[in-house]
Amino acid sequence: MPILRSRFMLGAVALAGTTFAGPALAATQLTGAGSTFVYPFFSKAFYAYSDSHKDIAVNYQSIGSGGGIQQFIAKTVDFGASDVPMDKNELQRAGAPVVQVPVALGGEAITYNLPTAIPGGLRLSRQVLADIYLGKIGRWNDPQLAKLNPGVSLPDVPIIVVHRSDGSGTTYIFTDFLSSASNEWKQKVGIGKSVQWPAQSSVGGKGNEGVAGSVRQTPGAIGYVELAYVIENKLPAAQLENRAGRWVSCTAATVAAAAATKPNISATDFSIVDRDGGSAYPIAGYTWAMIYQQPQDKSRGKMVKDVLGWIVGEDAQRIAGSLNYVPLPSNVQGTARKAIAQIQA
Amino acid sequence: MTPFGLRRRRFVGALGQVITALCASLAAGTLVVILLYVFMQGVHALNPAFVTQLPRPVGMAGGGVANGILGSIVIVGIAALLAVPMGVLVGVYLAFYGRGPFPEGIRYLGEVLSGVPSIAIGLFAYTLLVQPLGHFSAFSASVAFAMLMLPLVIRTSDEALRAVPVSVREGALALGIPTYAAVTHVVLPAARPLITTGVLLAVARITGETAPLLFTAFGSQFWEYNPFNPMAELSLQIFTYAISPYTEWHEQAWAGALVLIAAVFVLNVLARISLRGARR
Amino acid sequence: MAASANGLGDAPRSYATRPHIFLLDRSFAIAVNAAAGIFVVLVLGLFAMLVHGSWESLHAFGLRFLVSSTWNPVTSTFGALPFVYGTVVSSLIALLIAGILGVLAAAYLAEFAPRFIAAPLSFLIEMLAAVPSVVFGLWGLFVLAPFLRTYVAPPLQAHLGWLPIFAGPYYGVGLFTAGILLAIMIFPTVAAITRDLIRAVPSEMREGSYALGATRWETVRRVVLPAAGSGIFGACVLALGRALGETIAVTMVIGNRAVIAASLFAPSYTLSSVVANEFTEATTSVYLSALVELGLILFLISVVVNGLARLLIWKPQLLANGSRVLTWTLRRRAGA
Repeated sequence: MPILRSRFMLGAVALAGTTFAGPALAATQLTGAGSTFVYPFFSKAFYAYSDSHKDIAVNYQSIGSGGGIQQFIAKTVDFGASDVPMDKNELQRAGAPVVQVPVALGGEAITYNLPTAIPGGLRLSRQVLADIYLGKIGRWNDPQLAKLNPGVSLPDVPIIVVHRSDGSGTTYIFTDFLSSASNEWKQKVGIGKSVQWPAQSSVGGKGNEGVAGSVRQTPGAIGYVELAYVIENKLPAAQLENRAGRWVSCTAATVAAAAATKPNISATDFSIVDRDGGSAYPIAGYTWAMIYQQPQDKSRGKMVKDVLGWIVGEDAQRIAGSLNYVPLPSNVQGTARKAIAQIQA
Repeated sequence: MTPFGLRRRRFVGALGQVITALCASLAAGTLVVILLYVFMQGVHALNPAFVTQLPRPVGMAGGGVANGILGSIVIVGIAALLAVPMGVLVGVYLAFYGRGPFPEGIRYLGEVLSGVPSIAIGLFAYTLLVQPLGHFSAFSASVAFAMLMLPLVIRTSDEALRAVPVSVREGALALGIPTYAAVTHVVLPAARPLITTGVLLAVARITGETAPLLFTAFGSQFWEYNPFNPMAELSLQIFTYAISPYTEWHEQAWAGALVLIAAVFVLNVLARISLRGARR
Repeated sequence: MAASANGLGDAPRSYATRPHIFLLDRSFAIAVNAAAGIFVVLVLGLFAMLVHGSWESLHAFGLRFLVSSTWNPVTSTFGALPFVYGTVVSSLIALLIAGILGVLAAAYLAEFAPRFIAAPLSFLIEMLAAVPSVVFGLWGLFVLAPFLRTYVAPPLQAHLGWLPIFAGPYYGVGLFTAGILLAIMIFPTVAAITRDLIRAVPSEMREGSYALGATRWETVRRVVLPAAGSGIFGACVLALGRALGETIAVTMVIGNRAVIAASLFAPSYTLSSVVANEFTEATTSVYLSALVELGLILFLISVVVNGLARLLIWKPQLLANGSRVLTWTLRRRAGA
C-alpha cells in the first residue's frame, strides 16, 4: 500500500527494528514505584549508588503512593514507596508478609498570598488554621487573625483555600494534623489522601506546582506545600504554633525535632504531626519503602535490601538534606535498619 | 444600481473574508504566544547536552532527556505502525466493503472511542499487557497510543476515500484493474493528503499524552532499546519535571516541551515533502 | 462466486483466467473485514473492562451514583453528578468556540488566503496539536487564567453580571478558563480536517456556482461548506471526543472543586480530571471501583452524545447542488 511504502513508514520500521538489535544493559535493573514526594531524593541517591555499585541500576518512577502500593501488590515492581504505610486491607491484599521501612522525612509549610510581606511569616495557631480550612474564618481581616498578628495590616478580602486535588500523602499528613488540632475537623472531614474539603471558597491544585501556582496567582489565597517547594521557590511561609505553645517555622531543624519525639515509629504507629515537644514543627511525616519479607527472587531481594540499607544511612540522608528533605534522626535510622534486617534475602 | 445587489454582496463577502482571516490569525497567534512562553521559560536549559545526555539528578549540572527522545520515537513509531495500517483498512471497509448497518455501527464505535479519556485506555493496556506479563513495557504504551490514534485515522481515511470522485474509482475498474489494486493503487493515493493530515494530527496528539504512560511504559532514567521493557518517554519526563519543586527541572521541562514541539514540526515537514514527491 | 465489494462494482469476469487475482482480492477483503472486526473487539473489550472494574461500585451505590453530589473518600461515599456537569459544560463551551472559529479559519485557509499565507498559517495551527497537555495546563494556569481574570472577566461581569452564568467571584481558575483552554486544544482538529475537506470539494461544484453568478464568499457559504458538511460534523465529533477525555490540562485550570454552580466563573471538576488526580493514590477497592465507574460514565456519555448527534443532525443529500444555487440566484434576481 502506498502509505506503507512511503519513506516515512520505512524509516519508522527500520528504527523499530534497531530497537531489538540494541545491546543488553550490563547492570541489573531494579524497579521501584510510588511516592512523588521522594522522587527527587531517590533519583539523586540512586544515581550516586550506581556510581559506586556499577552492577546495579535502580529505576524509580513517581506514579503516586497509591500507584506504588498497587504495583507492589501486583508484583510488577521490586519495591514500592508511599507517604502512608500500607494498612490492614492492603497488607491482606498483598498476600505475603511485607516489611515497611521509613526512608525519608519531610515537612509541610503553609504558604499564602498577601499584598504586604510579613517578616517571619504570618502567625497561625492550630485552631485558626483548622477554622480557615473548615471555612469558619472567611476573610483575612478576621479578628482572630488580627489578634495573632498585631501590627500587621491584613486586607479585607476573602480567604481562598487551596488544597491538593490529586490524592497525596501530603494531604494525608495535613489532614492528620487538622484532625489532631480540631475535633470539629476530625468529625466533619477526617483524615485521608483525598477528602471532601468543606470551605466554600476553595480550589484544588494538581500537585505541589498546582497549589503553589494557584496561591501565587490568586490574591488572598492560602495553601499547604512541601518544604522543599517553599525553599526552592522562595515562597512566604507561615509560623505555626505547636502543641507546646511555641511559634515555629518549617525548617529542617524543627521537623527533625518533631521526628525525634517519637523514635519508635512503625508501620502501624507512624504519625508525627502535632507533637508536644519544644521546637517540634506540627506538620511533618515520613515516606516508607516496602518490600516483601520473603522476596521471590532472592538475588534481586538481596540487592534491594542493600540499596535500602544504604538509603537510610548517613551518606544517602546527607544527599536528602542537600535537597531540602530532612535527614532521618539517628534513632529513626536505627529503627529502619532493624526493619531492613527482617528481610530474608 | 448594480444587478443582483452586487455591491452589497461584495461587501458581505469582503467582511466574511476578514472575519475568517481573523479566526485563523487568532489561532495562529495563540500558538505563537504559547511557543514564546515555552521558549522564554526553557531556552536556558536548551543546549546540545540536553538532547544527548541521560537525566541527571537535581543539583548536578547538565543532564538531558536523550533517553526520553529515543523512547518517544520508539513508542510513537510502534504505535503508528500498529494504528495506521489498521486504521486505513477499517477506513477502506467503511468506505467500500461495509454492508448493512455495520459500517454505521463501526463509525459510531469510533466516535465513542474518541471520547474515552486516555487514562482509561492506559488502564486497558495495563490490564491486557502489563498485569498478565508482570512488568511494564514500552509496547503496552504503544498499544494504548495506537488505540488513541485509531478513531482519528479511521475517520479521516473514511472521509478521504469517500471524497475521491466516483469517476476515478469507476475508471480504474473499467480498465480491468482488480478490485484490491483499484483501492490500493488508485483510490488510496488520491486520498493520501487527507489521510496524512489525520495521521499527523493523531501522532501530534499522542506525543503530548502522558496519562496512559503511567501504567504502561512506566519510564526510566536509562537507555533502553527493548520495547518489552520499561522505557523513558519525553512527555512523561516533561510532566515529572514540571510538577517538581526545582527550578532547574522546570527549565528542563520547558526545554523538553520545545524539543517535543520541534520534533513534531520536523515530522510534519518531512511528511509533507514526501507527499509532494510522490505526486505524479 | 467471487467476493463483490460494496461500491466497487461487480467482480471482474476475468477471475477464471487469473485465479491468483481472485486470491488477492479475497485476501484483501478478508484483511479489511478482519481489521474492522478487531476494532470492534477492541472497543467492546474496553467497555467490558470498564464494567468489570466498576462492578463493586455499581453494586454498592447503584443508580444513586449518578445523582449524588457527595465525593468523600474518607467515608467511602461517592457520587458522580458534579463531575458529569463539569465535563459536559466545559466540553460544550470548547466545542462551540472551536467549532465555529475552526470552520471559519479553515474556510480562510482553504479558499481565501493567498498561498504564501495559507501554508505557514496552516502549519502553525497544526503545530498547536503537538503542544503537550501538561504545557497547555501550565500555560493556562500561569498565563491564560490571569489574563482572563484581569482583562476578560471584569468587562463581562460589568455588563452581563446579572446573568447567572457570569455571576459570582472569579479566581482565575474555573469552568470558563477550562472551556477556553479546551477550545484552544481542540481547535486544530476541527480546522485542519475541515481545511482538507474544503479542498477536497470538487472544483466542478465551485465553478458551477461561479458560473451562476455567485461571489466567492457566497460559493463558500452556500456550496462548498454544505458539501463538506458531513465531514465537518465528523471533525467536530472527534474534537468533542478529545475535549471530553482531556485530563491534565483541564485539571490545572478548572479549580478541581466538586460542586455544581450556575456561574461559569465558579471552579468545577471533570470526570477525567478526578480519575487522573485520584487513581494513582486510591487504595481501597471500592474507591478504585468508583473511579473506574467514572470512566465508564464517560464512555456512556460519549455513547449518548454521539447517538443524539446522529439522530438530530440531518445529513442533507446534496444531490443537486446546482439547483440550490440556481433557486437562490433566481430569488435574488427577483428581489433586486
